[in-house]
Amino acid sequence: MNGINETGAAVQPSLMSAWRAMILRDLTLAMRRRADVLTTLFFFIIVVSLFPLGVSPEMAVLREIAPGVIWVAALLASMLSLGRLFSDDFQDGTLEQMLLLPQPLSVLVLAKVLAHWLVSGLPLVLLSPLLGMQLGLDGEAIGLLMLTLLLGTPVLSLIGSVGAALTLGVRGGGVLVSLLVLPLYIPVLIFGTGAVDAATSGMEYDGHLSLLGAFLVLAALLAPLATAAALRISAE
Amino acid sequence: MLEVRNLECVRGDHRLFTDLNFQLEGGELLRLRGANGSGKTSLLRTLCGLLEPAEGEVLWRGENIRAQRDEFNAELLYLGHSNGVKAELTAFENLRIHNALCGRRLPDDRLYDALVEIGLGGREDLPTQVLSQGQKRRVALARLLLSDAALWVLDEPFTALDVDAVAQLARLMEAHLQRGGMVVYTTHQEVEMRAGACREVNLDR
Repeated sequence: MNGINETGAAVQPSLMSAWRAMILRDLTLAMRRRADVLTTLFFFIIVVSLFPLGVSPEMAVLREIAPGVIWVAALLASMLSLGRLFSDDFQDGTLEQMLLLPQPLSVLVLAKVLAHWLVSGLPLVLLSPLLGMQLGLDGEAIGLLMLTLLLGTPVLSLIGSVGAALTLGVRGGGVLVSLLVLPLYIPVLIFGTGAVDAATSGMEYDGHLSLLGAFLVLAALLAPLATAAALRISAE
Repeated sequence: MLEVRNLECVRGDHRLFTDLNFQLEGGELLRLRGANGSGKTSLLRTLCGLLEPAEGEVLWRGENIRAQRDEFNAELLYLGHSNGVKAELTAFENLRIHNALCGRRLPDDRLYDALVEIGLGGREDLPTQVLSQGQKRRVALARLLLSDAALWVLDEPFTALDVDAVAQLARLMEAHLQRGGMVVYTTHQEVEMRAGACREVNLDR
């Protein structure tokens, strides 16, 4: 009895501090390589800005397609940043060391994905109101768009981490990741844009948000396990 | 403590070794010999559990390492071909983060002391990308000073090191063996090592 208490008390703080250390490590690395983060962000802005030029500058048209355009751009931008999630660690051997840590790998993977989302997903969410205004969305729709992105982009990072882990060390992995991951992004895209569309046409959108929330919970539970398994295979 | 039973390793279509058996007790040193491509690194990675053996098993304290990964990893220190050092972080940050990830909380002084001892005094706070190859290796080796792992698995630990550092690493390994630890390593350099029990496994058969 005593022994169980002791190990329980000894293991958990160390796991928590390892978790924190992993997030801080990845955030520090991102800060030291700011160019990578900014590339994703500018990609997002540019893709969205191409639509008024390419489709039509008509406000009515833009308002109609705005949620879809912003969501697709966010999807592509978050995929663009996936390559960096594990490949640098794989190159310099820190991934190998990570596999040999006395901590559950899936928990550390979750920390890495969270850090990745903070630098590549969250900025997209924060920037979306500006792009929404550019495409003529009204205040309510912009708020909802932000909410769907806030719920949806972590799902993209989580699903993407599985793809990134599977294609680690594969030549042309970047293209392969897109093929693997993009089909899995579709449900998130449908319900993310669906919520905003429903709101602008005066319908209920609670169901869409609940489903996005459910996707997030499911992905947070399952994706780290799959990613951890994939990393072990790729590291062989 | 560490036991290898009927181990077989296959890379691609090539069978590197089969039917490998050995045992290692506390205080014993094991050197793997073999030509380039004979499977030394593959064997070391199999011992760590990074590589799945095609056949056979690796036992730690009588139990398969795959069945007790976290417990085994807590007692293992692996130094591979790549240093596992982040180029954008300083030597000190690398060491601190590694220890935090292992779940050890050490005072900063001890980390600085370890870096000075391994010969990186004055360079603790430089990003490791500006360090030389040998100095990067030393950043990785500083882990040995702070680790309480029982089993050290070192893949070519002497590469890129100068004469003094080679001698220092050999002393570190000897001290670890005297404390009852185990070392498995490969090298192409002849380094004098005073150890109670030296064993060799030759993969060129």
